[in-house]
Amino acid sequence: MLGVKDLTVAVGPDSNPVEIVSSVSFAIGKGEVLGLVGESGCGKSMTSLAIMGLLPDPGPRVRSGRIELDGADVTNLAPWQRVEAGHGNIAMIFQEPMTSLNPVLRIDEQIAEAVRVHDGLSGAAARARACELLEMVRIPDAALQMGAYPHQLSGGMRQRVMIAIALACRPHILIADEPTTALDVTVQFQILGLLRELCDRLDMAMLFITHDLGVVAQLVDRVAVMYAGRLVETAAVETLFDNPAHPYTSGLMACMPAPGHRTRRLTTIPGQAPQPGSISSGCAFAPRCPDVRDICRVDPLARATITEGHEALCKFPVTGSAA
Amino acid sequence: MWSFVLKRAGATFVTLVAASVLIFAFIHLVPGDPIYVLLGDTATPEQVDLVRHKLGLDEPIVLQYLQWAGKALTGDLGQSIFFQAPVLSVIADGAETSLLLATITMVWVVLIGVPIGMVAAMRQGSWVDQTLSGIAMLMASVPTFWVGLYLILIFAAWLGWLPSSGYPSIFESGGLGNLRYLLLPSLTLAAPNAALILRLTRASMLDVSREDYVRTARAKGIRPRQVVRRHILRNALLAVVSAFGFTFAALISEAVVTETVFALPGIGRLVVQSILRRDYPVIQGIILVIVVLYLAINLIVDLSYRLLDPRVELE
Amino acid sequence: MTRDRLHSWLAPFLGRPIALLGLAILVGMILAAIFASVLSPYDPRAIDPIIRLSPPNAAHWFGTDQFGRDTLSRVIYSSRMALLIGVGVVSFALLTGVPIGVFSALFPRLGHVLMRMVDVLMSFPALLLALGLIVVLGQSVANAIIAIGAVYLTTTTRITYGLTLRLRAETYVEAARSMGSGTAWVVVKHVLPNLISPLLVQASFVFAFAQLSAASLDFLGLGAPPDIPSWGNMLAESRTFITRAPWLLFFPGMMIVLTAFSLNLVGDALRDRLDPRFQEMFASRRRR
Repeated sequence: MLGVKDLTVAVGPDSNPVEIVSSVSFAIGKGEVLGLVGESGCGKSMTSLAIMGLLPDPGPRVRSGRIELDGADVTNLAPWQRVEAGHGNIAMIFQEPMTSLNPVLRIDEQIAEAVRVHDGLSGAAARARACELLEMVRIPDAALQMGAYPHQLSGGMRQRVMIAIALACRPHILIADEPTTALDVTVQFQILGLLRELCDRLDMAMLFITHDLGVVAQLVDRVAVMYAGRLVETAAVETLFDNPAHPYTSGLMACMPAPGHRTRRLTTIPGQAPQPGSISSGCAFAPRCPDVRDICRVDPLARATITEGHEALCKFPVTGSAA
Repeated sequence: MWSFVLKRAGATFVTLVAASVLIFAFIHLVPGDPIYVLLGDTATPEQVDLVRHKLGLDEPIVLQYLQWAGKALTGDLGQSIFFQAPVLSVIADGAETSLLLATITMVWVVLIGVPIGMVAAMRQGSWVDQTLSGIAMLMASVPTFWVGLYLILIFAAWLGWLPSSGYPSIFESGGLGNLRYLLLPSLTLAAPNAALILRLTRASMLDVSREDYVRTARAKGIRPRQVVRRHILRNALLAVVSAFGFTFAALISEAVVTETVFALPGIGRLVVQSILRRDYPVIQGIILVIVVLYLAINLIVDLSYRLLDPRVELE
Repeated sequence: MTRDRLHSWLAPFLGRPIALLGLAILVGMILAAIFASVLSPYDPRAIDPIIRLSPPNAAHWFGTDQFGRDTLSRVIYSSRMALLIGVGVVSFALLTGVPIGVFSALFPRLGHVLMRMVDVLMSFPALLLALGLIVVLGQSVANAIIAIGAVYLTTTTRITYGLTLRLRAETYVEAARSMGSGTAWVVVKHVLPNLISPLLVQASFVFAFAQLSAASLDFLGLGAPPDIPSWGNMLAESRTFITRAPWLLFFPGMMIVLTAFSLNLVGDALRDRLDPRFQEMFASRRRR
């Protein structure tokens, strides 16, 4: 389905690049939902943009690695090039529905545009399909709302329109970059439910990017954790929560306040995430790791396989159950 | 929506009134007795007394302003000292030339500035873009009259293709061929303004192309040319259109110099000559007319900009 | 100034050779103005009717004008006027515009009135405003500076007003005021330092436009008196002779272009250095 192999994205001149994403590899199978988690600035958005072929020009570029969609190499192809080559079955929804829709075009127009590209329809047929898609994303009175402008809709409705646009691209896999972060909690719940339902109904895979572990727990099948541009752990969601292997992941788990559990202070991970380009050797998490050893700072990274489907980028992963 | 229009028109009107106070005060600020300012130094004592009473210059200044404003509204802007004719008719004589010059220049500015700005934006960073942007900056650094003089030197003196000065009226002679008298002057005026519009178009397009909705458009798989046409252009041009009012003001200013260089019988040259001749009523009249025109154009551009942007319709 | 800050000011120039060239030209012009008497081969006012209107040659690199005066020397001496006009206009615009803009933003009620007055001034097209002021004030170099300065006072005020409004809303300013710091203190400590960079950019462009405006005024005969050498005056005088002596048209005009172009380049480079920092400053507000 989607295969990402050793993806490296960097800015700056070829002679001295600053890496934002370093050798990230993962795969998503048909109908599978993978959650990509990490704190702000860890490179998850860049990864998703690279996968889509939407890296801004001028700006960060893919320096090495491969991105495969249904077996085809689409690494440096822009979305329109992929459509032309017949590999355009991927779509993305973004964090800010307010600014992600063109303010001067009506929403039926914006959806119909995608329909025209992917279905080859035009005119009334395209608009009919657009209406169908609006109903699929549960917009009430879809036929009426077709003529609306983005600013006339609420945040939740705008995000539904974004999803409709994405669905018009007939994606085998949908990338959702923090789609609910900008929304109210109740609306968040509805949108997440809609996404899960659509994935199940359409047998669509999803790469769900978030910094919210709570959302991850409800929504995804597997989780990939990123830190400082590297993928530090991948596991099935229950495994990750029960047996986090990488010290960073267990640190994250410990940060979550458990309901009913009284503590005086919330746990934090001391220190700050490193700036891109400031780690030259060894593990990026070393400065903050509670179990750090000297070789961690120096030796090249090692990927440890804990169990089938559970990997961590650590020389001394934690095995055994967490607190 | 109409309440919005009225509010804007009202604000413009207030600004106009305030500006008119300044323009009215102009005569009184010029060194010397206003009477002699209005009549010229050669006025006889009898004329002075007659006019002083007739113009109400012995009355309180606020009353004078109201009288002046009232007369201005009916088109009576006073009498030109040099021409001994109503100021308004003197101005009207020059109107044809100046309006025609301004219109033709605006056409050049838009036809040259906008497309080239678009090209530069779409090829951002390439040698094409750098060259075009460099030329634009150069053109914006050149004094208009220098360009004009050079055009005269090359095309009129050396090549003899085009006339170097004057402009016989089209209205009177009916010959559209007379437009060639305005070719060099309009190109001269257009050069720096086209350069500014070019840079503005380029900057605006680049700004818009960084917006989130353009990224969404690209994600749909639409081809780049379509992305530019349907998503970038419309939004970028909104910003450029709103600069047209400002461009027009710049045109009026620079036309003063261009008309002088090419000896065109327009309002710009009239201003300069009137200053040198100390024909203060004409100076005052021209400034008033131009300010009114400038404010009117800005109001129209402002309103049409708002009306084009659907976000504002529902306020 | 620490080495880091000095480096960050020079950085946009080091990366771009053409901006460096612009800076070099400007420095050259300033030096020419200061050392005019040393650099000029002849007295700019020395008349020599025998060699009038001679083209550029070994003795007179830029040729001579209708009175036999050496064009090169006059061009060099004119740089003094250019410098004077530029510095004068920029100073006038900053010394009047900045205080008005800052106070209008910090005291909203007074500010509204003042900004409306600026609007009124802006309803007069630039050159017309300058011309009107010259008529009222009389023709002289000082009055030309005031007239042109008045035009750019309006843009400077507007920019300062906008910047100060945004700065006022920045949390650290609010914090300072809530801690009881007097307004004057807030202004000096927080607002002014942040205005330096954008105003420096603005100053470059104003300096450039002042050259063009002054040249236009001189050309019309309403700027510097004709006996003072300035590039605009030289062009005005050359008008009758352009077919016979095109070099009289070329050199003074070229100097104006070089000066204005260099200033624009420098202003652009400074603005690019400024931009990312500004975006950084406002980005922290955008993130919720």
